[in-house]
Amino acid sequence: MKFHKTLVNKLGFVFLLAVLTISGKAYSALEIVITEGIDSARPVGIVPFKWKGDGMMPGTLADVISADLMRSGKFNPLSQAEMPQMPTSDSEVDYTAWASKGVEVILVGTVEPYSLDRYLVSFELIDVIRGQITGGNARVLSAGKLVDSRDHILDSRQIVVDGNKFRRHAHYISDVIYEELTGIKGAFRTRIAYVTVDREEGNKTPFQLVVADYDGENESILLKSPEPLMSPSWSPDGNKLAYVSFENRRPQIFMQDIYNRSRTRLTDFEGINGSPVFSPDGRQIAMVLSKDGNAEIYILDIASRETRRLTRNRYIDTEPSWTPDGKSIIFTSERGGKPQIYRVNLASGKVRRLTFQGEMNLGGTVTPDGADMVMVNRTQGNYHIARQDFKTSTMQVLTKTYLDESPSIAPNGAMIIYSTLHQGQQVLSLVSLDGRFKARLPAAKGEVKSPSWSPFLL
Amino acid sequence: MQLNKIIKGVFIALPVVTLMACSSSTSSSDAEAARNASNASASSSASGSESSGVEVGTVVKEKSPEEIRQEQKEALMRNQVVYFDFDRSSVNSEFYSLLNEHAEFLRNNPSQRVTIEGHCDKRGTPEYNIALGERRAKSVETFMQNAGVSASQISVVSYGEEKPVAMGDTERAFKQNRRAVLVYN
Repeated sequence: MKFHKTLVNKLGFVFLLAVLTISGKAYSALEIVITEGIDSARPVGIVPFKWKGDGMMPGTLADVISADLMRSGKFNPLSQAEMPQMPTSDSEVDYTAWASKGVEVILVGTVEPYSLDRYLVSFELIDVIRGQITGGNARVLSAGKLVDSRDHILDSRQIVVDGNKFRRHAHYISDVIYEELTGIKGAFRTRIAYVTVDREEGNKTPFQLVVADYDGENESILLKSPEPLMSPSWSPDGNKLAYVSFENRRPQIFMQDIYNRSRTRLTDFEGINGSPVFSPDGRQIAMVLSKDGNAEIYILDIASRETRRLTRNRYIDTEPSWTPDGKSIIFTSERGGKPQIYRVNLASGKVRRLTFQGEMNLGGTVTPDGADMVMVNRTQGNYHIARQDFKTSTMQVLTKTYLDESPSIAPNGAMIIYSTLHQGQQVLSLVSLDGRFKARLPAAKGEVKSPSWSPFLL
Repeated sequence: MQLNKIIKGVFIALPVVTLMACSSSTSSSDAEAARNASNASASSSASGSESSGVEVGTVVKEKSPEEIRQEQKEALMRNQVVYFDFDRSSVNSEFYSLLNEHAEFLRNNPSQRVTIEGHCDKRGTPEYNIALGERRAKSVETFMQNAGVSASQISVVSYGEEKPVAMGDTERAFKQNRRAVLVYN
């Protein structure tokens, strides 16, 4: 057990080093440390792309792809030192050499100059086990004739890429590989929004709303404020964020376009204006208002600014979240004593309690396929991220860190980002939906919280 | 065109000069006051230690109602926090006398407004804590109204767990953060 733990720690450390060396931006605020679960991942070989031009290749691809695949929790890319060879195309691949390393699939490719600061990127994704069986010369009957099928090549593409788009293109290749090998759409070209707080004395704007690539690269600050910011949430087209700002010494809900500075105040009701969440069609926002007495769930129509009240009782109702079909909202309510998660059908108004295990369940969101719910479960005073199957109502606790909260699910449903305390500091962490893979995104300075994973952006 | 620029320049420069003048005069008068104060304390202590048989007397200065109000307000502002038990929002009886003092002041000064801020420790989700913080602030509001303070004098805002006074995740820090604060505007 102890040995296992040290091994995992070492792996995490080695991986952090790898990220530090490849990212070229060692000071980037979010670096991912894998803490658990890489040992059960599938080994793959991401061979460095061969540069066919003069001087240095204008960007890196293989390193970014390897990091993506490793962070998905499903793959364990071989280090360059472990690779038996460095082929650049299928014709150079020694299938047996790779298979003997336990590798099932490898990626090989080349980069060559195309026009001014544009480059032709070619790659092949090769099933080395199948290649080993057929010798790369499988033949199939087609229209009565035997033809080469080359069915060991799972994918091959050629795309022209701008010199400054290599990182983005690497994420694209990761998406191709991930979908080919898992059948699930990759989420490597998505973003996360989060709030950072730096309470250092003299800081006039401790609260910041930040958007970054899913891996923490390309951070952009959307808002700096002297007063708290809370609950960022993406519009379904990925162009806007709704959030709560206390800039006027009371909570108000704002909507901000992430590409320009346009910013709209949506609500300024007496009391709580909180928890804004866009409906799947983007026309409405579910939210919490206490203008009629105490925290209740409302739906705001963005165009007309009319509100519709959904809950009506003297207990706290909060944390609304839409089901993917847009027909129901799940929310946290204290109506049964302690906070538990309920679902309200928007057409009938009928309310049903969904959670019964543990002392409390809060902050529920439904997975994109509608099959599961992810939430914060409190058992014996510990707050952990948990998942509950809608069909069977069985609950699985996924995390064991301290004060885990604000879970947000990747648009492909494979990973959850959440906030947790690590050595007394609020940081973001990742956990796969099956709970096997875990990683931490340490903050350089201050607290990082309220993560929100964007929808698919392409 | 040129003239326009000059005029603009004067408009920008003028307030800056005024500001500088203001700040320099305040700082020099501050320094003077400080010197004066130290002199004064030195002379009084000197008269005490030498025991020349002299006794110095004073006349109690009549305070203006505004001064009294300000003094009361300042005293209340030094004692403005009510603490809560974990996950609870009812006011503990040990804070009744504190709140009654605030209530008396507000009753006597109907134009004075107060904002009651509700806060939580970091346990529980941020959204739930916003609702819990509001409930804490509102139970203080109810107490004040029952003590005769007009509803129009009170406003309530919940910051949930977003503005802790004590950092760290110890029981001690949590205890200090579960609070309602009476803030005078």
